[in-house]
Amino acid sequence: MASTETTVDNGVNVEALLEAREALSEAPEAAKFTWRASCKWVNGTHSNSTVEGFFGLGEEQKHRTTFTFDADHPEIFASEDNGATPVELVLVGLASCLTAGVAAVAQNREIQLRSVTATLEAGMDIQGILGMDKDVRNGFDGINVHFDIDADASAEDIKALVAQSQKRSAVFDIVTNPTNVTVEVN
Amino acid sequence: MRPQGAGPIRTTTTVVIGAGHAGLAMSRCLADRAIDHVVLERGEVANSWKTERWDSLRLLTPNWQSRLPGFGYEGEDPDGFRTMPEIIDFLDRYARVISAPVQTDTTVTSVRADDGGYAVRTGRGDWRCSSVVLATGACNIARVPDVAEAVPAGIATLTAMDYRNPEQLEDGGVLIVGASATGTQLADEIQRSGRTVTLAVGEHIRAPRVYRGRDIEWWMDVAGILDERYDEVDDIVRARRVPSLQLAGSPERSTLDLNALTSIGVQLVGRLVGIGDGKAQFSGSLRNQCALSDLKMNRMLDTIDEWATENGLDDEVEAPHRLPPTEVEDSPPLGMDLTGGAINTIIWATGYRPDFSWLEVPVFDRKGQVRHDGGVVDSPGMYLMGMQFLRRRKSALIDGAGDDARDLSDHLAAYLDGRRTGAPN
Repeated sequence: MASTETTVDNGVNVEALLEAREALSEAPEAAKFTWRASCKWVNGTHSNSTVEGFFGLGEEQKHRTTFTFDADHPEIFASEDNGATPVELVLVGLASCLTAGVAAVAQNREIQLRSVTATLEAGMDIQGILGMDKDVRNGFDGINVHFDIDADASAEDIKALVAQSQKRSAVFDIVTNPTNVTVEVN
Repeated sequence: MRPQGAGPIRTTTTVVIGAGHAGLAMSRCLADRAIDHVVLERGEVANSWKTERWDSLRLLTPNWQSRLPGFGYEGEDPDGFRTMPEIIDFLDRYARVISAPVQTDTTVTSVRADDGGYAVRTGRGDWRCSSVVLATGACNIARVPDVAEAVPAGIATLTAMDYRNPEQLEDGGVLIVGASATGTQLADEIQRSGRTVTLAVGEHIRAPRVYRGRDIEWWMDVAGILDERYDEVDDIVRARRVPSLQLAGSPERSTLDLNALTSIGVQLVGRLVGIGDGKAQFSGSLRNQCALSDLKMNRMLDTIDEWATENGLDDEVEAPHRLPPTEVEDSPPLGMDLTGGAINTIIWATGYRPDFSWLEVPVFDRKGQVRHDGGVVDSPGMYLMGMQFLRRRKSALIDGAGDDARDLSDHLAAYLDGRRTGAPN
């Protein structure tokens, strides 16, 4: 550590997180969260999704405001391009989860961040979604994430931040491991 | 047939359950304190080593490092690694040298709190005692993941505890699940037997066998890493869960890491995360698991280098060096058909857990683990030995049993004194 007194502030309240972790180890039931989203079809491939409430710490919770997200497909798919494609929203989810993780881990390790930029790229052969070739999957054939990070730390320590962030990331887990999905119709 | 509940109830001060290295070290320390005790053993001395290990296994720590209270290595190959018969002989000789009061072929069927002490029921009569030492070890039951239930019929499955040698397996493909010390050693042996091995890799800890000309265990010993105490680490719950170092005790003292396995043709895949419709699914996290492991290893080597410099060893040992990063192919397979004949056998090398099904004292936490503070169990007069990071990083090693037995026998003796004098403990 540097010999001068410095206060690392990445805007993450690590004490609160560590206190929550301690409290939850005493009451593991409160750690069970349920996340929700609802989605309304607008027209064509355009839809509008809303997130508002979720469940956690034993009771219903609400976001500070209601958030909405438009999703659509670009014009080359003969759509109106009223929003990002759903697969791009998956990349947004992964990028923002890993980035939040980098900030939290950096705060916990007392590393001051100056800038963090993640750039993501995912390949997809659309023969899959068009049903042209059964050997081609619908989803990504891989995701590449590139981080540019400027921080008061060695290159090795920065690599360790990014590795730890992946290890603790919910979206990284969701994307890299299978999840049972149950879809019902009224 | 063993007689059931035969004979009168016998009384002793302390019952030690298990005559492995931990129970024997404790026996020696109790004898030093003139505490009357008996060591109950379900089989023979060193029973797990005799009956639950594969044929070619050698101890992962060098000969010099097995230091037990009043006993150690006196042979001519201090840097070598004991074979299974040599470990068994070593512990047999220790039991004789310290005249440990071992009752063999005596399976404990229950331990209950009884009138301020404990009632220990065995297949060969019952005991009453003031204190109990649980030294049955951390590796009684092979852990098998839930996905094992979905393995298609026709594939042979076995645990690392059932595995003895490659001849036991059908020819053809073998999927080994788990890449810590056990999984990597099995992958090496089975691939070299002519079978094709796929190794599913989750969290693992990479380490060079020899670093700067000295065994990695030598460095961890002299630099005090193995002596780090349970009440000094940031997160003891996490420290107790850390997987075993990827080490092997070969005469060549070679490093057995994932690169070594890749070089002989082992296929690396991510953690096994599901089996459905006859297909195994592997996590896409392999690259990060390897990155984490490389980073962690390099941090440990940095610590060792700093210690060597501070202690003036730089001129005595070889120069610092780093291993090449773990190689991961661009797109490791995410799935594998288990019905097409490519895989005939799955081996679960997914860790072990203790068996305390006979312990009828309410000392378990919500995860079923014994509640204890550095081996002092949450029930007066009860002690635990031989668990991962029980009191020190080395607690689960043979070399860790001595210091833990000394500390815990001190505590036990004070507890007995307190009972005699009526002082609160």
